[in-house]
Amino acid sequence: MEILTNLINGMSLGSVYAIIALGYTMVYGIAKMLNFAHGDVIMVGAYICFCAISYLGLPAIAAVLLAVVGCTVLGIVVERLAYKPLRDAPSLNVLITAIGVSYFLQNAALIIMGSDPKSFSSIISLPALRLFDGKLVISATTVLTIVACVVVMVALTFFTTKTKMGKAMRACSEDRGAATLMGINVNSTISMVFAIGSGLAAIAGVLLCSAYPTLMPTTGSMPGIKAFTAAVLGGIGSIPGAALGGVLLGIIEIFARAYIGTQIADAVVFAVLIVMLLIRPAGLLGKDIHEKV
Amino acid sequence: MSLLHIENLNVSYGAIRAVKGISFDVEEGEIVTLIGANGAGKTTTLNTIAGLLKPTPYSQITFNDKSLIGIPAHTIVSKGIALCPEGRRVFTGMSVQDNLDMGAFTRDDAEAAETIEKVFESFPRLKERRNQSAGTLSGGEQQMLAMGRALMSKPKLLMLDEPSMGLAPILVQEIFEIIKRLHSQGTTILLVEQNAQMALSVADRAYVLETGKISMSGPARELLEDDRVKKAYLGG
Ligand SMILES: Nc1ncnc2c1ncn2[C@@H]1O[C@H](COP(=O)(O)OP(=O)(O)OP(=O)(O)O)[C@@H](O)[C@H]1O
Ligand SMILES: [Mg+2]
Repeated sequence: MEILTNLINGMSLGSVYAIIALGYTMVYGIAKMLNFAHGDVIMVGAYICFCAISYLGLPAIAAVLLAVVGCTVLGIVVERLAYKPLRDAPSLNVLITAIGVSYFLQNAALIIMGSDPKSFSSIISLPALRLFDGKLVISATTVLTIVACVVVMVALTFFTTKTKMGKAMRACSEDRGAATLMGINVNSTISMVFAIGSGLAAIAGVLLCSAYPTLMPTTGSMPGIKAFTAAVLGGIGSIPGAALGGVLLGIIEIFARAYIGTQIADAVVFAVLIVMLLIRPAGLLGKDIHEKV
Repeated sequence: MSLLHIENLNVSYGAIRAVKGISFDVEEGEIVTLIGANGAGKTTTLNTIAGLLKPTPYSQITFNDKSLIGIPAHTIVSKGIALCPEGRRVFTGMSVQDNLDMGAFTRDDAEAAETIEKVFESFPRLKERRNQSAGTLSGGEQQMLAMGRALMSKPKLLMLDEPSMGLAPILVQEIFEIIKRLHSQGTTILLVEQNAQMALSVADRAYVLETGKISMSGPARELLEDDRVKKAYLGG
């Protein structure tokens, strides 16, 4: 039973990573940049949800919606102000800007919310799931997190393969010039992807803080880095890859914590990334770069 | 007034001046070809008309009596100009069908459905392979897809940048047959080609581009007989 419990908890943590990684990977796919501030959007989302419940007294659903809307707007604004002016700049400049945005968001949170950790009360008040005569207890948060990940995956797959805007998004990530020739507005498509990624980050933030209820200005950075690892593990730019990488990473982390040691768990996670990069640089589902002449 | 009117077009890449003050016209219903050696500025010219590159000030590009200078690149296609770019640039990770759908991005679905049937008539092989990923097509099929994709916008002016590049002679023949057929159906075509022989034999008029300037122009038939053109572009 212990193994099963760990597996389910791993899948749940992995689902959070997956939702964050999806944002990472979509933004990378279209804007060809690593948005290191993506993790901090999670933190902003969690704070918005926290404030909405604690100070405004909104019901949980409304608070989550507010967080999603807030982060979506934040994502669009950050892209417009910080990244769009650097569209044709060398990637190092963009990377440094992203790190700057990350510090900006953390410090803004520090000023507004203070440095003391807020205790995030789970927004999910459903009873836990009891299986095998109560031998296996799965919290509602765990179940909902996994369900949310599946829903997000299905919705994104539908969006990118079946809708005109979704296909346009893929066209932009393959070849911006050719996409422009089709009449696709590349700038607004990039904006849209930042909006989607940031909205997902808000959901991830709420789910993460429901499972691990300490909320601080730095709350987003570690999950952000791990989700980035997950995206690379799965193959950066690949949507199914991000989901697979996220879930795998969550499972590995929980098992490492349980059977190797809490201290070393994070090291194991990054060791997996390094080994992966040595064996298969493109990631699990990443495409090898090949072109037809 | 001509369908496309280019006057004093200048385009630079940083300090490199690729196109140096060229002027030319394309009349409705014509096939006009731009020929010239590697690096003459042919692709630069087409990409600028399509909006992918910005010309320097005082350049004029007029289409259907309206200036195209300064309008956003993605709005050019809805004015009636489609570019089938050099190197095809099909979306290799997407299916043939999705590539064609992207070609009709700015049009409504019902109109696009009509056009796709016409495109499939011109390129039956694309219909057979509509669900196949574009990256798995042969070079010739990718060229047909790129042309079909450009036609999906139902352009008044179709610009083709080296459609015969890298294709076997039999396929080159086929591509030029298709160009002739599109022309006979009323599409105006601006054709850039390395294969000057073929280009001059299908075109009505031609311009010769030499290091960013137009060095010669006239009816294609006349240029085909011109000694300088023969020597420089027709292998003797
Ligand atoms: N992205 C770029 N940056 C700098 N210079 C460029 C760039 N693209 C083209 N050039 C230069 O501009 C000039 C014209 O290039 P262009 O691609 O328009 O030629 P072309 O006539 O299409 O040649 P080809 O027949 O080889 O396709 C060349 O000297 C080329 O080196
Ligand atoms: Mg060229």
